[in-house]
Amino acid sequence: MHDVAVVGAGPAGLAAAVEAAEAGLGVTLIDTAAQPGGQYWRHYDQTHARPDDHVGHHGWSVFTRLRARLDALRATGRIHYLPGQQVWLITREPNGPFTLQVTAATAAATAGRSQDGSDRTLAAHALILCPGGYDRQLPVPGWDLPGVLTAGGAQALLKGHRTPAGRRAVVAGTGPFLLPVATGLARAGVTVVAVVEANATLGWFRSPAGAASAPGKSAEALRYAALMARHRIPYRTRTVIREVLGTNRAEAVRVARVDRDGRPTGPDEEIAVDLVALGWGFTPSLELPLMLGAQTTMDTDGSLVVAVDDRQRSSVDGLYVAGEATGVGGAALAVHEGRLGALALAAERGRPADPALMRRLRGAVRRGRRFASAMHRTYPLPRAWPDWLTDTTLVCRCEEVAYGDLRRAHHDLGAEDARTLKMLARPGMGWCQGRVCGLATAGIAAWLSGRETGVDDLRPLATRSLAVPVPLGELAALVEETTPPEAADEGGRNGD
Amino acid sequence: MTHQMTFRGTTVAAEPGQSVAAALIAAGVTDWRTTGKGGRPRGLFCGIGICFDCLITVDGIPDQRACLVAAADGMRLGADAEPGAALQDACGPGDDDA
Amino acid sequence: MSADLVIVGAGVVGAASAYFAASAGLRVVVVERDSIAGGTSSAGEGNVLVSDKEAGPELDLALYSQQVWRADLAGHGDLWEFESKGGLVVAASEQGVASLRALAVQQRRCGVEVRDVARDELRDYEPHLAPQLAGGAFYPQDAQVQPMLVAAHLLRLARERGAQVRTRTEVTGFLRHGTRVTGVRTSAGDISAGAVLNAAGTWAGGVADLAGVRVPVLPRRGFILVTQPMPARTIRHKVYAAEYVGDVASSDAALQTSPVVEGTAGGTILIGASRERVGFDRNVSVPAIGTLAAKAIELFPMLRQVRAMRTYLGFRPYCPDHLPVVGADPRAPGLWHACGHEGAGIGLSAGTGKLIAQALVGERTDLDLAPFAPDRFPEAEEEPR
Repeated sequence: MHDVAVVGAGPAGLAAAVEAAEAGLGVTLIDTAAQPGGQYWRHYDQTHARPDDHVGHHGWSVFTRLRARLDALRATGRIHYLPGQQVWLITREPNGPFTLQVTAATAAATAGRSQDGSDRTLAAHALILCPGGYDRQLPVPGWDLPGVLTAGGAQALLKGHRTPAGRRAVVAGTGPFLLPVATGLARAGVTVVAVVEANATLGWFRSPAGAASAPGKSAEALRYAALMARHRIPYRTRTVIREVLGTNRAEAVRVARVDRDGRPTGPDEEIAVDLVALGWGFTPSLELPLMLGAQTTMDTDGSLVVAVDDRQRSSVDGLYVAGEATGVGGAALAVHEGRLGALALAAERGRPADPALMRRLRGAVRRGRRFASAMHRTYPLPRAWPDWLTDTTLVCRCEEVAYGDLRRAHHDLGAEDARTLKMLARPGMGWCQGRVCGLATAGIAAWLSGRETGVDDLRPLATRSLAVPVPLGELAALVEETTPPEAADEGGRNGD
Repeated sequence: MTHQMTFRGTTVAAEPGQSVAAALIAAGVTDWRTTGKGGRPRGLFCGIGICFDCLITVDGIPDQRACLVAAADGMRLGADAEPGAALQDACGPGDDDA
Repeated sequence: MSADLVIVGAGVVGAASAYFAASAGLRVVVVERDSIAGGTSSAGEGNVLVSDKEAGPELDLALYSQQVWRADLAGHGDLWEFESKGGLVVAASEQGVASLRALAVQQRRCGVEVRDVARDELRDYEPHLAPQLAGGAFYPQDAQVQPMLVAAHLLRLARERGAQVRTRTEVTGFLRHGTRVTGVRTSAGDISAGAVLNAAGTWAGGVADLAGVRVPVLPRRGFILVTQPMPARTIRHKVYAAEYVGDVASSDAALQTSPVVEGTAGGTILIGASRERVGFDRNVSVPAIGTLAAKAIELFPMLRQVRAMRTYLGFRPYCPDHLPVVGADPRAPGLWHACGHEGAGIGLSAGTGKLIAQALVGERTDLDLAPFAPDRFPEAEEEPR
């Protein structure tokens, strides 16, 4: 039994794990990736690293220091680190410990697991969930064509695999993250024909509240502006991609100027590209906290997030949440939250935790949140984005559910809410279980009913009974290793 | 040392540390599966294990996420018509020992 | 606001009742406290089964429902993915096969079609079945529907026939004239009606309480596992095992304990369903889903590598005698019930709806409703919790 299980080894999880272990707690750290760092500090396989791999990597020294602490704590057995593993279910008896079921992320990772399966089920008194986030997506005609990637995917391919995803790219959506993606591609030799930004300006550092909260950030913005200029990348604001064109892969995009709600105001223009990188900010992975019933709220950016107090405690006793899952705010904020949660937990479990440090961290978290909110307000999702869709535009890529299917389920069958829409038309029912189309489906449910998107729209699409697909053989092994629980089989008269 | 993998009868090279998806894209392959309903081509989308668009059969094991599987020398990369097809082949009638 | 009939509950039973009542010319209002088909109707497999039923009133209702699905509703089958795929019940031992044969003799007398399937024929039906099975029985009448689509389309068809559907409208009490029920009080105002039909499924006991009558419907929790999408026809029929019964013909107990494994139009394979009486506990049970997976793998070894994408649970409405409650309530004239169908409500909904409509307009019902009488339960019976 571990004192605490930390899920996720990105900025928040890595910081939480080392802080908790150094405070004297027994820690197990579980992460999907083969090496620590998460999406933010994604890097090429460390055993084959080159000196120039980390150019443009932000806060890299913060990461290497955390990694060194992780290595030291692993060596002394204070942190039990499980890379390449995914938590697929967390359960808890009333007032008991948390039970985590773990499966390998890839078949190769399966081979590396302990023979007796002892790592498949873990118990911990407390949890710090740091599941991170991923690119938000809005559907657009043609976005299912090969050659269309998420902005984060294009970035990951570069940072993690040294592979540019095309030769001639457009980077589109909204938010400051489009800039490092575009300049990173340009540095790798890709012709970036434009950054297409739906909102008005590159002005988030002009917001006094935001800029004052995070002075380092305005310098970052200026640096990207300079890099954009150096690589001669046009920055086209109040512009969106209306359609990705191509037969069996992306060949061009049609872009148009839009008003502040995202409604076209100018003629379409066609631009030939072979790579389209799309990103509309980030959204957290919430299946694990939701599995435990944690209370949620809607953040300034419209994403569903876990509600936490000023010690990173969720509404569920013993469940701490840190990083993007409490609101998208970037790596520096995530590190502060991870540390704060770990120290708060340590204090709660009777370990020494420096109150002055905790106060400082709380202040840093508050400032980070203010800055994040300012940024979210600068780069909102255009309100009228569902207007871009045609009846044949896929919304759910997995189940190939088109906007017309959703419209019919709403108008003909009375699907007024996101859950009913999902049950009747199947968006979010495929392999990814709504991770990609969840935000869009929730937004469409609200749009079709003429109301603003709310928590009740988002939550059904963010809730997943199993966090990741798991082989039935592993499910069966949970009961095959013990006596078959006949208790689950009371005789009833009727089948199902 | 460069890894050599096979895909649809051709050889695909990979640098150690690259994912299967990255190696395929570097070799100019942008799609490697077909959707079940629309028969549409799919390849890499999210690149970080979220979307399951990049499913591929690796050494006979179907439905692996190409963005997460590290490329390795001698890997056989399948090109199944749809997810699960290789599994069905592997477990067909007469394969009682499976 | 007034109507001929207020139906409480927009699940599959309420929807079928609305369709047939509106078709019979009644002015129908359906009130639903949540959204359409959001309760047990969205938490099952869509079974339309005769194979799992012994001779008796429930089998009679199942066979009657078969006619309704295949005749009255035949023109709409595609809307809700009606698939007459047939059910294959398999046994691992000779004793189990003997039990199946005995059950089949009894069922055939009632009009169920059953084909005996020998050991070496099993794989003609299901190529991936485990090789060591001893034999089985094939039930061509067993069918499948997508239950949420059934409910949604029946409500749509009812609306086309003049019915109104009011979601997010909760019944808070009844309008009374003496003992007579004359309508409902709801969160959105009163509706007076000539009759009120309680089709609130697992929650029907609470609705009956509001009228001061006891209908002992209790929740029985069932989990279902859903796999990754698989190629079409990987599993062709509804397949389930009959092993836990020594003698099916004499014991009611446990034919249903074995999982039903089947494919769906969407390509996923459904594995259901566990049974537990744990109240309305919505937490995922590892023993329940683990056992489902283990038993499914016993039937289809190739499922071991197949991944489960999700699981869902529902609360089947069961009565102490495992029969549904269908008909007028003599204790509260004007109040009717159509509830308590346990895990068979999807299949039985069509017949239930048509029979209720017949009774409501004063026609002689095609099937005697006496076995399903709402007042058949003793007043002070101990209820298992």
